[in-house]
Amino acid sequence: MSRHIDEFKLVVGSMAMLGIAVSALVVVPHMLLSTVRPPAALKPYTEQQLRGREVYVANGCVYCHSQQPRDPAQAPDFSRGWGRPSVAADYAYDKPHLLGTMRTGPDLFNIGVRQPSVDWHLGHLYQPRAYTEGSTMPAFPFLFNEHPGPPAAGEKAINLPPQYAKPGVTVVASKEAEDLAAYLLSLDHSYPVLPADRGSR
Amino acid sequence: MDMSVSLLLASFILSLGGLFIFIASMTRGLFGTAEEGSRVIFSPDEENVSEEPAATRADQALLQNEVRSGAATAMNASDLAARVAADQSSAGPALVCLSFAVLWLVLGSFAGLISSLKLHLPDWLVSEAWLTFGRIRPAHLNAVIYGWSSLAGVGIALWMIPRLLKTELVGARYAYAGAIVWNVGVVGGIASILLGYSTGLEWLEFPLPAAALLVIGGAFMGVPLILTLQNRKVKHLYVSVWYMGAALLWFPLLYAVANAPGVHFGVEQATMNWWYGHNVLGLWFTPLGLAAAYYFIPKVLGTPIYSYNLSLLGFWTLAFFYSQVGGHHLIGGPVPTWLITLSIVQSMMMVVPVFAVAVNQHMTVLGHFSALRYSPTLRFIVLGAMMYTLASVQGSLEALRTVNTVTHFTHFTIAHAHLGLYGFFAMVMFGSIYFVMPRVLGREWPHAALISAHFWLVVAGFTIYFIGLSIGGWLQGMAMLDAKQPFMNSVAVTLPYLQSRSLGGALMTLGHLVFAAHFFLMAFSRKTSEAGPTRFGFPKLARVNPGAAA
Repeated sequence: MSRHIDEFKLVVGSMAMLGIAVSALVVVPHMLLSTVRPPAALKPYTEQQLRGREVYVANGCVYCHSQQPRDPAQAPDFSRGWGRPSVAADYAYDKPHLLGTMRTGPDLFNIGVRQPSVDWHLGHLYQPRAYTEGSTMPAFPFLFNEHPGPPAAGEKAINLPPQYAKPGVTVVASKEAEDLAAYLLSLDHSYPVLPADRGSR
Repeated sequence: MDMSVSLLLASFILSLGGLFIFIASMTRGLFGTAEEGSRVIFSPDEENVSEEPAATRADQALLQNEVRSGAATAMNASDLAARVAADQSSAGPALVCLSFAVLWLVLGSFAGLISSLKLHLPDWLVSEAWLTFGRIRPAHLNAVIYGWSSLAGVGIALWMIPRLLKTELVGARYAYAGAIVWNVGVVGGIASILLGYSTGLEWLEFPLPAAALLVIGGAFMGVPLILTLQNRKVKHLYVSVWYMGAALLWFPLLYAVANAPGVHFGVEQATMNWWYGHNVLGLWFTPLGLAAAYYFIPKVLGTPIYSYNLSLLGFWTLAFFYSQVGGHHLIGGPVPTWLITLSIVQSMMMVVPVFAVAVNQHMTVLGHFSALRYSPTLRFIVLGAMMYTLASVQGSLEALRTVNTVTHFTHFTIAHAHLGLYGFFAMVMFGSIYFVMPRVLGREWPHAALISAHFWLVVAGFTIYFIGLSIGGWLQGMAMLDAKQPFMNSVAVTLPYLQSRSLGGALMTLGHLVFAAHFFLMAFSRKTSEAGPTRFGFPKLARVNPGAAA
C-alpha cells in the first residue's frame, strides 16, 4: 500500500470529486423533481404527437429552437408571445427533454398557440421563406412527396403562397410531416400554473 | 426546499474543507521533494537538454542553444536504452489511436463546414434527410469530440504513460481492443444520428448500443495505465499522470451515468444533460490536454515546470470546481435555483485552477519565447495553453447571470465552446502529435513547410471564426433582449458573421487537410531518416551516444 499511496489518493480523490458532483447535479435533482406531478391542464401526448416528437428529435430541431421561456424580469420572452416562464411540471411528459440551448429560431414552447394552423406548419416546413421573410430555417422537402398533376383522391395537397407555388405540381405532406405538425400544434403551455407546479424552483 | 439548500450548503462547506486538507496533505509531503517531482520527466543527465523531434536539424541546434548555450550533455547509455524501450512499447497503440483521430478530424471538419454554410444557405443540400442541418451538426460535434479529440487525447496519453513511469507500456493489447471498440461505437453512433436515430440529448446523441461501446472501449483504453502503474520505476507520479489517470477513470463513469437507461426524465434529464455536457469538457478533455501541456512544454525547453505544488493544487481544484459547473447552461430555465447558484459559484471558483495553470505554464516559458520560432510543438502548445486561460476566464464570466442573459441561446456560446475545444485542446493535440510521431515511427516529418502551413491556416482560420462569431453572437443576444425589435432582427444581424465563420472554418478545414496529408505521407513513407539512429528515436542524443541506440 505504501508504495502505491499516490494511486490510492488518485482513485479515492477523483472518485470523491465525481461523487460530490453526481450528488449535487444528478441525484438531488432526481429526488426533488421526481415528486413533481403534471398540471391538470397538461394533456399527455397522443400517439401521433409522440411520433411527431420523434421526427422533431430525428431532424435536430432542438439545435435551433429552445422550449423554455424565461422570466419577464430576465428577458422579453413573454412579450414576444413565447409564453409565461416554464416550470418543471410542464415537462412531466417530456422524454427526452427538449429544453434546447440555442435560439437561432424562436422558442417553440407555445408555438401551437401562436400558429394554430396545420396548413401554416406544413407549408412552413416545406419552404420557411414562403411564410417568414429572411428566415434561415432549412427547408424540409424530404418530408414531402411531389408529383405532377392534380392531387389524387384522398390526398391533401399543401397550399403554398402564390410566388412559391409550383404550377402543375402537387406537394403532399408525408406521414412524418403530418405527425411533426401535430406535435408542434400540441405545444401549448398557456394554462396557469400553481406554485406547487414549480418544483424547487 | 430549505432542507435541500441547507443540506447542500453543509456538504459544500464540508467538501471544500476536505479538499483543502487533502491538498495540504499532499503538498506537505511534497514540500521537500517538489523539485524532485518536477524533474521526473528528465533522466539524470538530461536536464537543460531540449527534446523536439518535430523541428528540423538546424532548428534543433538553435533550440538547444536557446535552452542552454554550449553542447548538450549526453544521456547515459542505460537511460537512453530504457527511453527507447519505453517509446517502442507505446508506439503501436499511439499510432492506431492517432491515425483514427486524424481521420475523424477530417470527416468532422467537413461536417462542421457543411453545418456552418447551411446556417446562411438554408436551401442548400436540403433534399436528403441525412444532410439536414439538425443531423449534420450533431454528426460534426460527435465526430470531433468522440472521434478526433478523444482518440487524440488517449493516443497521446498512452504514449506519455511509459515515459512518465520510466517503464514499458504494459497491456498494449487492451489499448488496441479499446480503440477498435471505441471506433466501432463512434461509427455506429454517427451513422445513427445521420439516419435519424439520435437520442435528442446534446453531447449524448449516440443511442444506447453505440454509447455502451464507448463506455467499454474507454474503460479498455484505460487498462494499460493501471497495469503500467504497477510496474512503475519512478517514485513520484508526475502531475500529468494525475490528470491522465483521473480522466481515464472519470470518462467511463460519466458516460455510463449519463446514458443509464430509464433513469432520467423531464427537467431532471436537462440538469443531467448539462452536468454531463460540461463534465466531459472539465473531466475528460481538459485533464488530457493539460497533461500533455505539462509534459511537452518543459520537455521541449529542457526546464522543469515553474511550480510543482501549484500544478497539484491546480489539479485538485479543477476536479472539485469544474465537476459542478454544468448548471450554468440552464440559467433562466425551469430548474431549481440553488442548483444554478451552485454552478455559478463553482464557475467563478474555476479561476483558481486556471490561475494555477496559467501562472505555471507562463512562468515556465518565460524567458524562452524565442524557442517558439524553432519548435513547432511549442508553437502549437503554448498558443493552446494561452487559449485555455482565455477560454476559462471567458467561461467564468459567461456564467454570471448578467452576461449569460445576453449570451445564452446565441452563437456566442458556440464561439466559446470552440475556443476551449479547438483553441486550447486541438492546438495542444496538434503540437503533441508533431512531437510524438517522429518517435512513434522513427522517421522525421517530411516537410517543415507543411507544419508551418498547417499552423498559419488554422491560426488565421480560427481567429476569423472566433472573433466574427463572438461579435455576431453578442449582437444576436442584444437584439433578442430588446423587446422593441422583432425576433427576425436577431437572425438578420448574425448573417455576415455566420458567413465569416464559414470562411474561417474553411481555412481551418484546409489546414486539417494539410495536416492529415502530411501525417499519412509520413506514416506511409518508406524512407527512413538519413541519420540511421533516428529510427530508434533520438537524433541528438543518439549522435552523442550512438552505440546505445543502435
